[in-house]
Amino acid sequence: MAAPRTERLLNLVICLLASTRFVTKEQVRRAVPQYADCATDEAFERMFERDKDDLREMGIPLETGSNDVLFDDEIGYRIPRDAYALPEIAFDSQELAVLGVAARMWQHATLAGATGRAIRKLESAGIDVDREALSVVEPRIDAAEPAFAALWDAVQQRRRVRFEYARGGGTAARRVVQPWGLVSWHGRWYIVGHDEDRDDTRVFRLSRILGEVSAVGAAGSVVVPPGVDISASVRMLAQPAPTQMARLRIATGRALPLRRLGAVVAEEPDAMVVDVPFDDVEQLASTITGFGPSVLVISPDELCDAVARRLTSTLRALAVTGSGEPS
Amino acid sequence: MTAGGAVGQLTRLLALIPWLLQRPGVSIAVAADEFGITEDQLRSDLGLAFFCGLPGHLPDDLIDVSLEDDRIVVTNADTIARPLRLAPDEAVALLAGLRALTEVPSPTGPDVLDRVIAKLERAAGDAADAHRNVTVAIEGAGASREALGAALREGRRLALDYYVPARDEVTSREVDPIRLLVVDGHTYLEGWCLLADDLRIFRLDRIEKATVLDLPASPRPAPPERPLIFDSEAASWRVRLAVGKNAEWVVDAYPCEVVTSEPELVVDLPVADLGWARQLVLRLGGTVRPLAPAELIEAVRRDAEEALAPYQGG
Repeated sequence: MAAPRTERLLNLVICLLASTRFVTKEQVRRAVPQYADCATDEAFERMFERDKDDLREMGIPLETGSNDVLFDDEIGYRIPRDAYALPEIAFDSQELAVLGVAARMWQHATLAGATGRAIRKLESAGIDVDREALSVVEPRIDAAEPAFAALWDAVQQRRRVRFEYARGGGTAARRVVQPWGLVSWHGRWYIVGHDEDRDDTRVFRLSRILGEVSAVGAAGSVVVPPGVDISASVRMLAQPAPTQMARLRIATGRALPLRRLGAVVAEEPDAMVVDVPFDDVEQLASTITGFGPSVLVISPDELCDAVARRLTSTLRALAVTGSGEPS
Repeated sequence: MTAGGAVGQLTRLLALIPWLLQRPGVSIAVAADEFGITEDQLRSDLGLAFFCGLPGHLPDDLIDVSLEDDRIVVTNADTIARPLRLAPDEAVALLAGLRALTEVPSPTGPDVLDRVIAKLERAAGDAADAHRNVTVAIEGAGASREALGAALREGRRLALDYYVPARDEVTSREVDPIRLLVVDGHTYLEGWCLLADDLRIFRLDRIEKATVLDLPASPRPAPPERPLIFDSEAASWRVRLAVGKNAEWVVDAYPCEVVTSEPELVVDLPVADLGWARQLVLRLGGTVRPLAPAELIEAVRRDAEEALAPYQGG
């Protein structure tokens, strides 16, 4: 049963919050009944030290100091109310509606729980969050990957993690990573951090983490280097920096996803000429052939050849179907 | 007794007492449900608070809890009447969620979200520092963001130029907007399509152009609770494909049924539109061979021949 301990901690919080002056250790011992019951000084000291750690771990701002700096007073403790409490904060009705949307957007239990606690604190401070409002916006953000909860904790606590990571060809390798942050990109979660074995920044896809993620080392041991843009590293991985430029002729109204990637350089009666930056010839060739005759490659030659080769392969495969299996 | 137990219970009590002070007379059932604990747990929390209070611990110093007809009234708890500041994980979850909405069209007007984020960042103080460590990128609406927000806000009809990927063409239609959905990082508009005279879902990054019309949206029947974005029942074709070694990922990526794996892998794939299957086969450049239906084989052949001709001409 945690109850006697909880009672003691609650009395300690109330005692230190109630006083604007620093309360000495002896005063604390007299004020909190469970300390007064301690048989020896040593037992009290041990108990009090542990309780202070617990309060700090909970994020309660426990200050140490003395009431009179001129006279070398005995050291005391206090919890300043304005550092403890949620500050006064006011929202208009539209803002309350937006908070209501935020209250229901996380589907993952860990995040829904944390958001729920935050919203309840706001409500406990007299803020009337409109949870039913704005039903015209229904955002759902999920984190179906099993590794998510452990990595979320590790990022919050700034602890190193160890996990098995799947590589191509059915093999896996153990990684030890200092996690800097979690990013959801196109519905998939990634962890960005410093890979200790490779001594470099790496991005890992959560769906490729096998089995348990174990936290290693002490909390607070991971330091995110200043200036690191975590979501930019994931974007770069998903869409490598383009190194080449392709010029395409796209029929009017066709191949919108491709057209969006580039800039229109000329308009023709039934087509537009578009410059599209790219990195991987085969990948772009694959996208282009998907649109059939709606897209024609003007340059570079390498891309023309890749597209022509793919189309030829497709026709050759159809010839196999045609001869082997009449439909 | 464990430290986690006591710390957890104290964290809950410091949230529970201010919440109850705001709601004198709330029922035990409602409070227990809100905090995700059993009624017995709640009773034991309250019993514990009853013995706590200011130094001196005379009756006037103690927190007073009354439970009548299962209704809770807490008094004399001024010291802990205000909730504790947001913990880092609470601030991160709330702020990362709000920040994700930045790209989503806003029916409240564009500035409201920014104001909420700014106020919460100020209130969270140091706890907010970590929130950039969790980022959710949601594909928004680009240029049509303003128009969609305004149409929802004002209840007006939209004219949409919408790209239909399966047909690779842009269609024009009028839509009465109903709601915005965010699923798997994409934002969708659910609305009544006057062209189809039915409920339709539009992915925002496929909207080429959105114009707010000077017409009110007509009241429409409420959409189903869960949106049917990926509806395999709507599939009207079964496509049979022979899948080569380099294309086996296709079987994982789409809802395929394996027909046989010898001498080569053959799968059936239900699709809503043959145009989509045609694009898939063309993209895969010969590593996947269509076996049926004949319409698909013919369409792929026609497209590939027509697309290849200009390269051979030179």
